[in-house]
Amino acid sequence: MASNSSGGSSDRQRIAQQRLRIIAGHLQRPVDGDSAILAAECKAQGSKPDTSREEKTVPRRRQEIMKWNGWGYSDSRFLFNKKGQAEFTGKRYRLSGMIIPGLKDWFECTFGASLQHKTPATPLLNSSAVQPPTLNEAFVEELKSTGIPFSQDAEDRVFRAHGHCLHEIFALREGKFGRVPDMVVWPNCHNDVVKIVELASKHNVCLIPYGGGTSVSSALECPPEETRSIVSLDTSQMNRILWVDEKNLTAHVEAGIVGQDLERLLNESGYCTGHEPDSMEFSSLGGWVATRASGMKKNIYGNIEDLVVHIKMVTPQGVIEKSCQGPRMSTGPDIHHFIMGSEGTLGVVTEVTMKIRPMPEYQKYGSVVFPNFEQGVACLREVARQRCAPASIRLMDNEQFKFGHALKPQVSSIFTSFLDGLKKFYITKFKGFDPNRLCVATLLFEGDREKVLQHEKQVYDIAAKFGGLAAGEDNGQRGYMLTFVIAYLRDLGMDYYVIGESFETSVPWDRVLDICRNVKARIVRECKERGVQFPPLSTCRVTQTYDAGACVYFYFAFNYRGLSDPVHVYEQVEHAAREEILANGGSLSHHHGVGKLRKEWMRETVSNVGMGMLKSVKDYVDPNNIFGNRNLL
Amino acid sequence: MASKAVYSQRDPMLKKRDDFEDILEERRNSSDLRYALRCYAPVVYKGLCPSKAGTLKSMVLQSDQLHYVIHQVCRETGRAVDDVQEEVSSILEEMAHRLQLSTVRFFAFTLSKVFKTLFRSICVNEEGIQRLQQAIQEHPVVLLPSHRSYMDFLLMSYLLYTYDLALPVIAAGMDFMGMKFVGEMLRMSGAFFIRRSFGGDKLYWAVFSEYVKTMLKNGFAPVEFFLEGTRSRTSKSLTPKLGLLNIVMDPFFKGEVFDVSLVPVSISYERILEESLYARELLGVPKPKESTSGLIKARKVLSEDYGSIHVYFGQPVSVRSLAEGRVNRCQFNLIPRHIPKKPSEDIHSFVNDSAYRLVRAQEENMVLKPWVLLASLLLQNQVSGQKRGIALDELTEQAVWLRDLSRQYGAFLHWPEHTPPSEVVSSSLSLHRGLVRISEGRVQLALGQTGGPAAPGEPRSAVTPEEELLSQAVIILSCASYRNQALHVFLRPALLASAIHTASSNKKQEVFNSFSFLRNMFSNEFILCPGATVQDFEEACYLLVKTGALQVTQQDVLVTERGHRTLVFLTSMLDPFLQGYQVVCRFLCEEATEALTEKQFIPAVRKFIIKHLLAGRLRYTEVLSSDLQKNSLAALLRLGAVRKIKGAEQGTLKVNTVMVNSLEDTLGGKLPTQKAVIARL
Repeated sequence: MASNSSGGSSDRQRIAQQRLRIIAGHLQRPVDGDSAILAAECKAQGSKPDTSREEKTVPRRRQEIMKWNGWGYSDSRFLFNKKGQAEFTGKRYRLSGMIIPGLKDWFECTFGASLQHKTPATPLLNSSAVQPPTLNEAFVEELKSTGIPFSQDAEDRVFRAHGHCLHEIFALREGKFGRVPDMVVWPNCHNDVVKIVELASKHNVCLIPYGGGTSVSSALECPPEETRSIVSLDTSQMNRILWVDEKNLTAHVEAGIVGQDLERLLNESGYCTGHEPDSMEFSSLGGWVATRASGMKKNIYGNIEDLVVHIKMVTPQGVIEKSCQGPRMSTGPDIHHFIMGSEGTLGVVTEVTMKIRPMPEYQKYGSVVFPNFEQGVACLREVARQRCAPASIRLMDNEQFKFGHALKPQVSSIFTSFLDGLKKFYITKFKGFDPNRLCVATLLFEGDREKVLQHEKQVYDIAAKFGGLAAGEDNGQRGYMLTFVIAYLRDLGMDYYVIGESFETSVPWDRVLDICRNVKARIVRECKERGVQFPPLSTCRVTQTYDAGACVYFYFAFNYRGLSDPVHVYEQVEHAAREEILANGGSLSHHHGVGKLRKEWMRETVSNVGMGMLKSVKDYVDPNNIFGNRNLL
Repeated sequence: MASKAVYSQRDPMLKKRDDFEDILEERRNSSDLRYALRCYAPVVYKGLCPSKAGTLKSMVLQSDQLHYVIHQVCRETGRAVDDVQEEVSSILEEMAHRLQLSTVRFFAFTLSKVFKTLFRSICVNEEGIQRLQQAIQEHPVVLLPSHRSYMDFLLMSYLLYTYDLALPVIAAGMDFMGMKFVGEMLRMSGAFFIRRSFGGDKLYWAVFSEYVKTMLKNGFAPVEFFLEGTRSRTSKSLTPKLGLLNIVMDPFFKGEVFDVSLVPVSISYERILEESLYARELLGVPKPKESTSGLIKARKVLSEDYGSIHVYFGQPVSVRSLAEGRVNRCQFNLIPRHIPKKPSEDIHSFVNDSAYRLVRAQEENMVLKPWVLLASLLLQNQVSGQKRGIALDELTEQAVWLRDLSRQYGAFLHWPEHTPPSEVVSSSLSLHRGLVRISEGRVQLALGQTGGPAAPGEPRSAVTPEEELLSQAVIILSCASYRNQALHVFLRPALLASAIHTASSNKKQEVFNSFSFLRNMFSNEFILCPGATVQDFEEACYLLVKTGALQVTQQDVLVTERGHRTLVFLTSMLDPFLQGYQVVCRFLCEEATEALTEKQFIPAVRKFIIKHLLAGRLRYTEVLSSDLQKNSLAALLRLGAVRKIKGAEQGTLKVNTVMVNSLEDTLGGKLPTQKAVIARL
């Protein structure tokens, strides 16, 4: 794991190790042999399709380890136990098996929710409620002859009919299914994909590529008007690292690999990509490319567009790729940029050459408390101006700070709780911070030990100029942990009449404060106007800094008791919030993508000519709309 | 909170308005001193970062916008940055308020005394106060009172102090600064001063707009200004000025605040302090420069009874709701927000429309006293040439008729419910005894006495006919200013009535054309929302049909038997204006020389009108009002019948005689509307 060259098991290193464990370490299951780093022949050739299934992180039958109607692993979930205390089940996460004493009160106070009022989900998938598949017999016949595994099972199909938008999960919990794919295929390698796309073109079948299934833009929804047979192309079995080039620090990887596997496998040989989107446990490399993903540590490693060196994509017109791996080219518009962000409308990304880095020698978390959000933003802006942002720097507003606080697990020793009390006293009484205004920034430093410490000092010095007080590593680490469990929390909320979602934007620096204030206020107002009985949770955080602006995340949730159509209300509010974002100079999306959810704003976002450009690319590459998920355009 | 419709549902009768409370009552029963010294702890804007007047100044000086403009000015003029910065500081020094609670307390004490002597009551709708209190906490608030008297802004601050609300900062004209001591007192009670004209001065504009925006954005205090720009001398609402409204809306457009609440406030005086002063001003006796000694001389007014004041705090209007679907805020995304930019076409028209709607909201909540109706009737009676006036009981009968009519049109009339009409009439007349004379049970305007009550001490001997005319005009214009308070109630039906009168047939289309022509002609004179011709026409038809005065079929517009009286009244209401515009047209055709400048226009047209009045060729003395003359010129300029030649002589007027002639004929009903419309094109 983390190789701490400087020896000694100091606290920091322990935490650094823990950090890596959170991200990857919960996968201590046996690693299958052929996922070791080596160039390999396509597995599909000659081998029986089912052999190594059980050893994959993502099996073909995902529902065996993951929830079919909620986020993440089946064994990990929040619940209120018999004593009314919140706890997180399972063994995978740091929070697993822990009691979270503050959550119930926070939950009840924030949402006006009550543990008495439950809205449980339909426990089992009722296959008979799923539309029978519309099959293109000729296509199926020819597919059979290729030996590529496929399935028409209702559970498999339902699993691939959705992403994780609120309305999608809400419908699943109610046992409602709309249009779902008619079958699922699992190519094992690039050549399999070439065959599938050829067959689909030949028989006019609609293909929808499916990677990790973590989309939050309705990108995976089957267009209800689609009359052709829809085939979900699940890339999860294309999950090998084909080669690593240590001279150029690149790795050639099959695009179906999920983030945690990629990091884990590279870590084994001392490397990493450093690309860590919040969804990295489940999202896939191909998905990142197709949506222009962004990782938490982009300040060091860059976003996906900075990380990618070479892409291979299979389209109905054939395979698109560059002829060399030059680090930068002046050869007309970069064709990678037709691929990145194409959201599955042009083809399937099969293989990607990515930059890799030696694993950082040292990692350190940190946090800073600011008297208010304005000061916090000013500090982040200064950090960006001086271009000294740590691997990650995130600023939560007051509501999120309180939320994070509510998620503190039960402390074992009196000493820790005494220390907490002391800290609180120091900040609120001695320093005069208003507990209802203060906010916290979480930091993650990475690199060699010397530099990290130096860097840390620089950042804390800047923070001090804005009234920031260092608030410890623990707070920082908990902040990042939240990222991974927050999606689980939504499922808990949905058990008790609370629905919510997050959405993001990017915005110039001078607009950050304004957009945060206005969007939050808009959400509150829209909820009120639409008859939501309780004040909503409307909160935000600044999650990335750039030279010219920042990425802002909004979280929004409310108690829907008393509403006849909560999802509709939710969608109206989100729609209004997006309008507000655009009116305040924010972008349509920073990294979630457009999908079908935000399509209506595409034209005003990229202008008529821009739309025309994108359309003409689509018309050339895929004239018959084989990749017919109808995202983006 | 904020209602989308700023004014008026279809049927004005259904309009719900709040009740009033008299705040002077408590003043009369308890200590003014204790009141002035009581604990004052208003609720404030939730996003307020508390700051002193001094901090405010430095925030303005350090703003990006000012930095930008300062450097721009330096580049353009070659001046040193320090030099320009100095100028900025002194502009700001000259402008900024220094709100102090102690001064406010002083005013609270003295004004209590003054108000109690001058007024019988000051009535406020307390529900409006509650709405305002709510609004202040939620969003930055802009108070938009009507402006009829100097009293207005002292009164506003007094009221807010009384109700424990955040004291406003008030945009005041620089003329107050002339009054040394008073100017400073006002400054310390929250006034900030702006120059009357600074059209081209980029630097001044930047300081001014940044100053206002800074106060607004920080929720420092409610910002108060007068949409009409200046006191209305005629009691008609004035065409709104857009500059300040644009400034206070700008932070919303640019996303710097979530919303801004605009609160129209209607202040109606039963008797205006400046009554005859205004009349004289309109007749060309120049406005006395504001001076402290002048104000002291005005203490004479303290001995008179000015009746009551009604202050109505209207429904707060959310700029956000107003702008929804009308303003695309994305237009500000591509240029840094601190770079000053001329408002785009759509912003401009949005601000303009909003301004009109707000002024109409003010109008709608103006309380009308019975005297307003009496003044209308007496003026009409005077013109109809009955030298002996009107019998008191006949006047009462007519007043009752007009009361019912105006209520049906949605007037906010305060007619005492449980008093016999005759008593209402006589008490109204006695409050305004300077304007009317009652003898032998007959009432008429007090035109006989030369000099009038408002100009004592002038030699009475050797009165020329012209002087007599002018002194009569003082009374008539004073009276007209009360009638004007009710104009907005009757305006649309009156335009329709006149249109029916002038139209060549009963065809609905004809009548509409005629209506549209008149409306267009008078849009500098009255508050007529731009682009709402059809809406206004329909409203007028609706009201006249509802009251049985009119039958409107698919093709025709017919006056009913019993509608005759109403229509006569309505046309007479508009008649002075029609005739006034005609006479201005005639003047321009007959007398305007090549070299007539804009400056010479008013004296020249006045001379022309006096001549005609003395010769008996004109019926309406109120045509002498310079306000009407200015408005008609503005209308003619707008229509292109007169052009302003810029250059050597400042604003020489070039008259298109053919067009002016045809406009005059159309106004007089001699030409069908169609022609005039074509002529305009």
